[in-house]
Amino acid sequence: MSKFVSTKNKGTPAISTASLPDIVFMLLFFFMVTTKMRDQELIVKISPPSATEVTKMENKSLVDFIIVGPPFDERYGTEPRIQLDDSFATIDQIGDFIKQRKENRDEAVRSLVATSLKVDKHTRMGLVTDIKQELRHIGALKIVYSTNQGSRKD
Amino acid sequence: MARKSRQGPGEINAGSMADIAFLLLIFFLVTTTMDTDSGILRQLPPPIPEDAPEPPKVKERDVYVVLVNSRDQLLVESNLMDISELKAGTREFFTNPNNLETLPERKKITRAEVTEKIAYFKGLIAADSETPAYAKELKKWDRKLNAINLIGDYYELPGSAVISLRNDTETSYDMYIQVQNELTRAINELRDELSEEKFGKPYIELNKNNPEEKKMIMAVRQVYPQRISEAEPNVTKKN
Repeated sequence: MSKFVSTKNKGTPAISTASLPDIVFMLLFFFMVTTKMRDQELIVKISPPSATEVTKMENKSLVDFIIVGPPFDERYGTEPRIQLDDSFATIDQIGDFIKQRKENRDEAVRSLVATSLKVDKHTRMGLVTDIKQELRHIGALKIVYSTNQGSRKD
Repeated sequence: MARKSRQGPGEINAGSMADIAFLLLIFFLVTTTMDTDSGILRQLPPPIPEDAPEPPKVKERDVYVVLVNSRDQLLVESNLMDISELKAGTREFFTNPNNLETLPERKKITRAEVTEKIAYFKGLIAADSETPAYAKELKKWDRKLNAINLIGDYYELPGSAVISLRNDTETSYDMYIQVQNELTRAINELRDELSEEKFGKPYIELNKNNPEEKKMIMAVRQVYPQRISEAEPNVTKKN
């Protein structure tokens, strides 16, 4: 009889933490699969406008980004500027940038490439129109006005 | 003394495994982004060559003029308008429910007409396969036939009907996107309604990788084309 009594009433046993790594690994794999490495360091501030009728860009590798907004570092001014790759650029550099990107891509996917305009919402349209004209000029006609997903209000 | 060591190696303590995994997890959380890029898709018009002939005059009723000025005010068809009314206005332009003189005249497309045209152009191509214009026309009518096959006789906008969106250089980008959004929304709603009525599900849910549904998408687009023209900037500067 004493054999059975001895183990009783010693308090609740500790919860096994052996499965904790499994749970964390699950989370880890979830994040590894759903996210992509951040490939670009922003040097301009952008708060994109929001819109409801948005299309998702399915393949990020087929999109070139032109980023427009006021620089983070105020030594570069407060007026919106253009960022290509990791540096500031002027309007006339856009053409070469897009062409270069195009040449680096596979022949088969060149026609699918879109240019995404990530523009701060306080930017004036004059600059955006100039960029659009430049894109037209070099034949990069498919563009995306990058926006946040807003909710419909009626 | 060495009583236990003979029983094989002891178990490795797995307690720190969680810490390692957490470390990895946090690393990935910090270095990655989740945002998929999304936005309003637009096709820019190709550049106009300098020696291009004057474009043909378009009937005034076929153009829906949307102007946005430097103070982000909207002028639609010469009337001051609030952005909340723009969607309804655009819908009216596309459907012209009351057959107004000021809005585009919608033409009824019937199966008889389409089949006749297709036969006509096929005949022309058989006689002279060199002219690319015939093949282009044939393609156009083929698209109409596809629409009729799927949704029956329908009313079509004239080919010249277009929304012309112009902005000032001082217009804010935010306002411009809102206007673009409202215009797109009007078209998307019309497409959704048509698709819902004919195929039982909204336009957005049609899958373009499915050949059957791809045809439905083309048919809906035929009835409600997305024709938004972002006008030449030099035209804007004159104002």
